[in-house]
Amino acid sequence: MDVIVTDVEKGRRPSTVPGLGRQLRSEEMVISMGPQHPSTHGVLRLELVVDGEIVVDVIPHIGYLHRCFEKHCEHMSNYQQVVPYTDRMDYVAAMSSEFGYVVAMEKMLKIQVPERVEVIRVIMAEFSRIVSHQIAIGTYGLDIGAFTPFLFCMRDREHILDIIEETCGARLLYNYNWIGGLSHDVKPDFQDKVREFCRYFKPNIVELNNLLSFNKIFVERTANVGVLPAEVAINYGASGPVLRGSGVAWDLRKNDPYSIYNRFEFDIPVGSGERGATGDCWDRYMVRAREMEQSVRIIEQAVEMLVPGDVQSAIPKRIRPEAGEIYVRTETPKGELGYYIVADGTASPARVKVRPPCFVNLSALPSMCRGSMIADVVAILGSIDIVLGEVDR
Amino acid sequence: MIPQEFNDLLTSTFGEAILESKLDGVFDPFIVVAPDRMPEVARFLRDNEKTLCDALMCLSGVDLTKGKLGVVYHLHSTKFNHKIVLKAFVTVEHPHVGSVEAVWKTANWHEREAFDMFGIVFDGHPDLRRILMPDDWEGYPLRKDYQVPEFYNGMKVPY
Repeated sequence: MDVIVTDVEKGRRPSTVPGLGRQLRSEEMVISMGPQHPSTHGVLRLELVVDGEIVVDVIPHIGYLHRCFEKHCEHMSNYQQVVPYTDRMDYVAAMSSEFGYVVAMEKMLKIQVPERVEVIRVIMAEFSRIVSHQIAIGTYGLDIGAFTPFLFCMRDREHILDIIEETCGARLLYNYNWIGGLSHDVKPDFQDKVREFCRYFKPNIVELNNLLSFNKIFVERTANVGVLPAEVAINYGASGPVLRGSGVAWDLRKNDPYSIYNRFEFDIPVGSGERGATGDCWDRYMVRAREMEQSVRIIEQAVEMLVPGDVQSAIPKRIRPEAGEIYVRTETPKGELGYYIVADGTASPARVKVRPPCFVNLSALPSMCRGSMIADVVAILGSIDIVLGEVDR
Repeated sequence: MIPQEFNDLLTSTFGEAILESKLDGVFDPFIVVAPDRMPEVARFLRDNEKTLCDALMCLSGVDLTKGKLGVVYHLHSTKFNHKIVLKAFVTVEHPHVGSVEAVWKTANWHEREAFDMFGIVFDGHPDLRRILMPDDWEGYPLRKDYQVPEFYNGMKVPY
């Protein structure tokens, strides 16, 4: 019979860290960060293996906000009922999560939605992108110690939420995109309000850049920190601003267009190592700031395309797709959101698997953090821009 | 490359490891690979200069009922902008699939999720732990025959 010699008997400290894959060295120490830490942006726990002030490894523990989204979908009595649940994944940009789901279902059901619906959806999705980036930028400044930009971002965000509230009555979780249409048409003065917002918002991006983006203290904290090289980012499946920050011009709105995105003129901002190395925190941050300008550009073009029409004319009375499966991905503010939907011919889905961008981007966190300081972990985590509702589903 | 070319290339390279394929009549054409040969097929698709599937978009576990489980791999090439879907089918009694974690790091967490939710074991995964559910949770929640336990650590579960 084999005699089991425990670590303690061998004179070693037992490995207290599942996921590290090795014993702790004598100079190493484990610090738990979260789940109630303000800079983890929700309920995320990071186990930091540190050697003094240097982070040797990071082991993220997720699942604190797991609500069985995928199981819930299988228990819905029809496909439309899934939409409110998708809102609750990325709750700061709920329009984008809905958008991906309805695009997938419309492709599956072969529904052609009216022009007016497509245009409104694009405007709303780009509004969502601005809102999401404002929260990302505002809280990122907050993490690093800049309080004022957060207030400015929240102030501008209100204007967008007001427009959305007038349209569908909700400010955070909308249930606005329906399969084949929209829950409400926009109000008659929608176009004017959107134009007015664009006029109001453009100078504010410049102000934000002057206040935060090129601030010396901010640049010192973020440039050359948490560098993610392009090939590593692709191998980890990173997407959205995290991938573009590494210098890869990859945006599904351009590279794999869905809806009517192929009709708009806009640029894909990418990180180029302006202030440090390509793929550092500043690059990822700056991609978001520049994307807001591009979103305004798209909204300005879209609002002129708005044609009259009925936004509910293509909504199917009965949603019962043939047995089959589909994978559709869309570009949300956080990155590539994929829906893998399996239909078995009944009225409810057999399987809905979500590929959340935050989940995948977060899995690259340890590789960005190794070798940095503990304070940098806060900066790196903020630059990934995670929403735990989406990571845990 | 179109799906037919993928199929021809894989069949000529791997022979009986490619079990079947469905290339038309479906939204996403797929190729079924023997579960234990999955890592080498994946590595081939990533490194072959004709395919260069450098991104794993999604890895999903699926319960196909009647004691069958599936793993679905959605691959994409950022260079050629082509896509292909691979599938591996296993049984509930022997749910073992070769891990592709060494090929695409994306698979690390996705395989942990499939293990957590369906009990699919990925051989060769460096750190196969539960990811969303607590470590001491019993059962695999996304299986169709899953029964929610009455209590978890003294807390009532069904609400």
